[in-house]
Amino acid sequence: MAPLAITAATLTTALGAGRAASLAALQAQRSGLAPVRFENLALATWTGEVDGVDAVALPDGLAEFDCRNNRLAWLGLQQDGFVDAVRAARTRWGAGRVGVFLGTSTSGLLQTELAYRRREPDGALPADFHYGATQNAYSVAAFVTRALALTGPSWVVSTACSSSAKVFGVAARLIATGLIDAAVVGGVDSLCLTTLYGFNSLELLSNEICRPWDGARNGLSIGEAAAFALVERDSSAPQAWLLGVGESNDGYHMSTPHPEGAGAIAAMRAALADAGLHAADIDYINLHGTATPSNDSAEDRAVASVFDPATPCSSTKGATGHTLGAAGGVEALIAMIAIEHGLMPAGLNVQQRDPGLQMNYLCENRHAPVRRVLSNSFGFGGSNASLVFGGAE
Amino acid sequence: MTALKVWVQGIGLLGPGLASWTSAQDVLRGVQAYASAPAVLPSPARLPPAERRRAGAAVKLALAVADEAVAQAQVDPSTLATVFTSSSGEGINCHALCETLALPAPMVSPTRFTNSVHNAAAGCWHIAVASRASSTSLCAFDGSFGAGLIEAATSVCLSGQPMLLVASDSPYPEPLHATRALPDHFGVALLLTSEPGPEPVAELAITLDASASEASSCDDPSLEALRDAIPAARALPLLSALARTRAKQRIVLDYLPHSRVQIDLA
Repeated sequence: MAPLAITAATLTTALGAGRAASLAALQAQRSGLAPVRFENLALATWTGEVDGVDAVALPDGLAEFDCRNNRLAWLGLQQDGFVDAVRAARTRWGAGRVGVFLGTSTSGLLQTELAYRRREPDGALPADFHYGATQNAYSVAAFVTRALALTGPSWVVSTACSSSAKVFGVAARLIATGLIDAAVVGGVDSLCLTTLYGFNSLELLSNEICRPWDGARNGLSIGEAAAFALVERDSSAPQAWLLGVGESNDGYHMSTPHPEGAGAIAAMRAALADAGLHAADIDYINLHGTATPSNDSAEDRAVASVFDPATPCSSTKGATGHTLGAAGGVEALIAMIAIEHGLMPAGLNVQQRDPGLQMNYLCENRHAPVRRVLSNSFGFGGSNASLVFGGAE
Repeated sequence: MTALKVWVQGIGLLGPGLASWTSAQDVLRGVQAYASAPAVLPSPARLPPAERRRAGAAVKLALAVADEAVAQAQVDPSTLATVFTSSSGEGINCHALCETLALPAPMVSPTRFTNSVHNAAAGCWHIAVASRASSTSLCAFDGSFGAGLIEAATSVCLSGQPMLLVASDSPYPEPLHATRALPDHFGVALLLTSEPGPEPVAELAITLDASASEASSCDDPSLEALRDAIPAARALPLLSALARTRAKQRIVLDYLPHSRVQIDLA
């Protein structure tokens, strides 16, 4: 693909709102995870909850979109001058030439879950429940499109935990065919009962803080996040470049990765080929690394069959939690931070590295020039996406 | 604006009173009266027995139309990339989860949770046909068909590879039905390629149009009501055009409030 300029980017996770807070936490090797407080759930698990979401007020005229997911989206949009950057792109290209493609897995589903607790005597949902503006998967893209006054094409990609990596591919394709000149991409996913109880039912939630790549890892910690990037056809002052996108499917199982990581290998190779790069050109790999026993071992095998096992890599889910449909967007931002600051962030919470895993997993921050990063995102339904980012120069 | 040019090689259809693309052509052409009848979803023969039993309506619907399109186009599904678009997903599954989660100590079914992802139908299809090609599942509420068509056509134009587009919607049970009234199941699949192939149905030139006034409608009032009620059925004017003739014509489909999809058939 032709490199795509990234002209603005921001993330809000349990590490804090905006890039400066995220960088500070990464530099300090601080995790945002804590024992679950959300909705006073009686689950023994840790979550990466974003502070202050409940207090967010949506902009005037968009009240029907009010739900945790869109509050988190609005909080995220306020950071790092992102709204101003989109305004400039809108002026430069025209509102109809800027698309909005966002990933989410559960959208505003929490609103429905809570409405089911407030059903009327006849079983009806309360009158204040708005299906289309909250529960529907498209809700967050509709909200962001309206809030940013854009009129280009928009949709939500919902392929579980690869959703907000795949939207970078959507934007690249639509720009390449000339349908648009710029796009707001990213992902927003917020805590809800379905994912917490659902992953618990699959025995994939850890009862302690998640420990990717640890020999005794026993599951994931769920987080929530909003991550956005503005991509443009060209720019004289980009923050980073999207160099390649690779997508594949396992075609193997709904919730278990292919044991040899066959689909993951295909996605990584496709991303490198799309970028016109060799494996040796990648300085750091941000792993999917969810900390379930089978996910990490399948990914390790897959990465080691594409890259030299000495390539530095880590999962940042020990810091942010697994933000599901927002994970690809969050980790795209972490890739850009790694490049900008020459910081390969440590994988946190490792007590004893799994001796069965081959990759050079970083347990401490490493400071060195980072020119190119590959970021992996894999999801239920066997959906895989790998992205390659490069520095501004 | 440059048009996205793709060839239609195969079509799948299933909806109320529309049992398949093959059997519905006279109705879509307007030479046979439309008779509404509840959509009947076949058991997905492609799935292994255990997955077949677990398959909900959304999976059955998507796989049925996907199968018909692939059979007509005579392509190998094991190498086929896909775009699945749906406004809703698995409504009964969503309702059952929300009912459970309203209880004080919820015991969620792991199968229900796994099948709650928006890409469940895509995941099942790729498992059934053992395809490792790329698959995207998306949603644009009432504009989901238009979004899926743009995504699929864009990929075909850039990659030169065939693409299976599946657009499908299934109704929610009450109480969600009262807030999102989808009256029945409706699914459509298009097998799209960049080259005409041996027996092409038509060539489409697709553009986004902010100025297009009105979306094309269906002549039959019952089909028009269906078009209006189910997002995947927004494709009906295109299907009628594909059934009717190979003569040149222009179809406009609803997409977003500020943007429609214009399709020139050649």
